[in-house]
Amino acid sequence: MNAGEGLEESTLAELKEIVARYPKPGSALLPMLHLVQSVEGKVTSRGIEACADILDISAAEVSGVATFYTMYKRRAVGEYHVGVCTNTLCAVMGGDEIFERLKVHLDVGNDETTDDGKVTLEHIECNAACDYAPVMTVNWEFMDNMTPESATELVDDLRAGKDVTSTRGPRVCTWREAERVLAGFPDDLADEGPAAGHATLVGLEIARENGWKAPSADRKDVS
Amino acid sequence: MAHPWLTPVLSDDWDADKPWTLETYEHSGGYDALKTALAMDQDAVIQLVKDSGLRGRGGAGFPTGMKWGFIPQAKDGEAAKPHYLVVNADESEPGTCKDIPLMMATPHTLVEGVIISSFAIRADHAFIYVRGEVLHVVRRLQRAVQEAYLAGHLGKNIHGSGYDLELTVHAGAGAYICGEETALLDSLEGRRGQPRLRPPFPAVAGLYAAPTVINNVESIASVPSIVKNGAEWFASMGTEKSKGMTLYSLSGHVKRPGQYEAPLGITLRQLLQISGGMREGHELKFWTPGGSSTPILTAEHLDVPLDYEGVGAAGSMLGTKALQVFDETTCVVRAVLRWTEFYKHESCGKCTPCREGTWWLVQTLARLENGKGSEADLELLLDQCDNILGRAFCALGDGATSPITSSIQYFREEYIAHFTAGRCPFDHAASTVFETAGATP
Repeated sequence: MNAGEGLEESTLAELKEIVARYPKPGSALLPMLHLVQSVEGKVTSRGIEACADILDISAAEVSGVATFYTMYKRRAVGEYHVGVCTNTLCAVMGGDEIFERLKVHLDVGNDETTDDGKVTLEHIECNAACDYAPVMTVNWEFMDNMTPESATELVDDLRAGKDVTSTRGPRVCTWREAERVLAGFPDDLADEGPAAGHATLVGLEIARENGWKAPSADRKDVS
Repeated sequence: MAHPWLTPVLSDDWDADKPWTLETYEHSGGYDALKTALAMDQDAVIQLVKDSGLRGRGGAGFPTGMKWGFIPQAKDGEAAKPHYLVVNADESEPGTCKDIPLMMATPHTLVEGVIISSFAIRADHAFIYVRGEVLHVVRRLQRAVQEAYLAGHLGKNIHGSGYDLELTVHAGAGAYICGEETALLDSLEGRRGQPRLRPPFPAVAGLYAAPTVINNVESIASVPSIVKNGAEWFASMGTEKSKGMTLYSLSGHVKRPGQYEAPLGITLRQLLQISGGMREGHELKFWTPGGSSTPILTAEHLDVPLDYEGVGAAGSMLGTKALQVFDETTCVVRAVLRWTEFYKHESCGKCTPCREGTWWLVQTLARLENGKGSEADLELLLDQCDNILGRAFCALGDGATSPITSSIQYFREEYIAHFTAGRCPFDHAASTVFETAGATP
């Protein structure tokens, strides 16, 4: 298969850098595909060829992996990937209504991108934030406790190029920048955002109010 | 304060100033346990964790120290291969939301636990396999690991002990099945995440066919506190066979959803009592004790001790302690259909009972939810479940049957009401948090 023009040398060098992190080269494939997406905007044929070459496996094997995982996209993703959790708990709490509203508002279906290339809408599975239901994500940053109104406002802001900040994270970056972090190239935003949202801390607050603590360690070796 | 209902240990620093930084962590005694452990005999660390009674917090409840003890430690032959520790941070079980906030707020608790645990099992490379869809958690882990290297907690000859450890943060790419430990290993080796046949067990032939321990985030994060405070301290919390404190995640139609760290054995009634109960004007209908793969329970189970034995005796499983609470506005058929669609989507396709079975379950359930089913469909559903449970390659298939069989057990009448009415008898908008705030597009 002719892959056409290959990836930039700098990208190939970074792909090899990922390989060096692991005891065995094959382990690098998932982060390598994240890096391909950050450069290409999706998993491209030439990206697959590059991974296969470096890992000395077949392109079919790389494709088999790329098509298995839902975060790898074979169609170009917009600047912002917008996820709406429609697994049971979020769906019941309003995720279904949010997703329906956004489909109408953006005039796209599931896994489709707006004409301006800004927003790709996808319904997602449980994202481990059920205490903030209904939950959305923008480029895999949490947007907690959403409503149909706050959801439409969110996508309008994203399309208008306004700054959007995650409820538990920094100002959202682009999807390609996010994919680069997932490939293991940090972006220096770790210190942004809070330690926790309100729901994360609720049990701790109640414990503090009641003076409840774990037993003191001093009592440990009495037996 | 004879019996504190909540016992924050893992969550105790979550309200500190920038608790994710090394500085804050060390300020409150962080990495002291590492120094204690490095001065101990490795087998003594394993024994300490065994003595504490710590059981896996990822759902199965297997004793953590015993798992570590399965790693062969001979100096030659198969046992001389490198050993690996892999942290399962692929938190994806519907309802489960404890490891993500822990890693976001205090990633160093996990990193310190990784180093101590790796030291105990003589691993020289450890991995944190974190799901990819939690970008900021990935950032915090990357930063914590970087800080730990710079402080000499990781790398060569850690604090002059002669012990070397590399730790790699590895982001997944969206596949629930990778939470299954052998599928996680295949994924970490760069393949499609599909479960492996056991035996051989990972302790003998895990990552790269070498001895490997795979533990949940919360299990590993509990280790520093055990080393620091002792096995007796840990075992002084909890019940006879379910020791220690743990994170309970309350979500759904409750006044104050969130994380509650309590001794194992607290009840949902107690958790609702201290958190203000159900949302105003509504009552409990059904709940999951530990994620969607654990059979649902009802108001009659409010006093079940939420430990491994108590929930098991009630016909369900403690699982991940993900308490998803639904009130009377919720259609149980709709809820179960959505979970079933999830299992169908996430079935890896390796085995026929799960791949085909979950597809058929969705067909049958969708017909019922739409009011087009019949009483015969209920028997068909149970027959389909019977053909999946115990016949699938891994626990995903078994889990897919849990909400169906348990909901038919407790809410058979509601299924029947769907086809007698010819439609779903519930107003779905009434279940939303914004029921009065314009739910229609």
